[in-house]
Amino acid sequence: MSIAIVQFGGSNCDLDVLHVLKDVVGVDAELVWYKEENLDRFDGIVIPGGFSYGDYLRAGAIAARTPIMNSVKKQAEAGKPVIGICNGFQVLTESGLLDGALTTNNYPKFRCESTFLRVETTDTPFTSAFRKGDILSIPIAHMEGNFYADEPTLARMEDNSQVAFRYVDKNGKVTDEVNPNGSQENIAGIVSTQKNVLGMMPHPERASEDVLGSSDGLRIFKSMAEYISSC
Amino acid sequence: MQYQADVTIELKAGMLDPEGTTIKRALEHLGYETDSVRTAKKYTITLEAENIHDARENVEEMCQKLIANPIIHNYAISLRETE
Repeated sequence: MSIAIVQFGGSNCDLDVLHVLKDVVGVDAELVWYKEENLDRFDGIVIPGGFSYGDYLRAGAIAARTPIMNSVKKQAEAGKPVIGICNGFQVLTESGLLDGALTTNNYPKFRCESTFLRVETTDTPFTSAFRKGDILSIPIAHMEGNFYADEPTLARMEDNSQVAFRYVDKNGKVTDEVNPNGSQENIAGIVSTQKNVLGMMPHPERASEDVLGSSDGLRIFKSMAEYISSC
Repeated sequence: MQYQADVTIELKAGMLDPEGTTIKRALEHLGYETDSVRTAKKYTITLEAENIHDARENVEEMCQKLIANPIIHNYAISLRETE
């Protein structure tokens, strides 16, 4: 098994993801520069966080139009699991692999803090190790994480169980107070129609070892690895 | 011919514009009452084209493929021949 970690100019969580996959999960993973056009040899893909291309134009907009994204699309269409974290989530919405858009936080500042997430569906390659309703502690670090989709899209996503995680309080309740960015319906992470592409604003790689205060994020990577093994 | 396109990108009506809201509040601190403040971005693009129709078509395509995000933005193109 080998997982690709896509590097753009300005990616900065790439090495953290590499560490978690190789040293903590114990799978083979490799950094892949954005000019690479063929990802056939990989079984899964992670688009890490950062500030690709300085967030010029819109966060994720430039990265979404690089050559490697054609290959990411091809692999996603083939059913391979793809995770976009933070800026990676923005890249996935900009590239059309995920619905909606991520706009400026309703209170327009960079927010870097711990959040509680509720697992909304276990029927994805990334959440199969959880139980529905599990509460995870995973931090965010972003300024453009305000998830927006028009009403018909949102309704379709809800019907198709495409919301993976929501921001909640420590008891698992969805409230406006714990919504860090104004996202519709407190959405923190979503999956594609086929469920094999996940985008999430919180950083699971920053919550994958007890020494970091939480290892809840690790189960997302472990779920992905187990899914690949079972294919 | 060379043309200049002024492309204005703005958030769709009803979408939250936190930057605009913050500016509105700052204007209030200075004593200016406004009904609303909305932000927009302007891109100035110069390009060669056979005629103004081709130039517009080209810039339209640029807006749809990259410059605007059709989920959240409206865009307007103002085009003129350069001297």
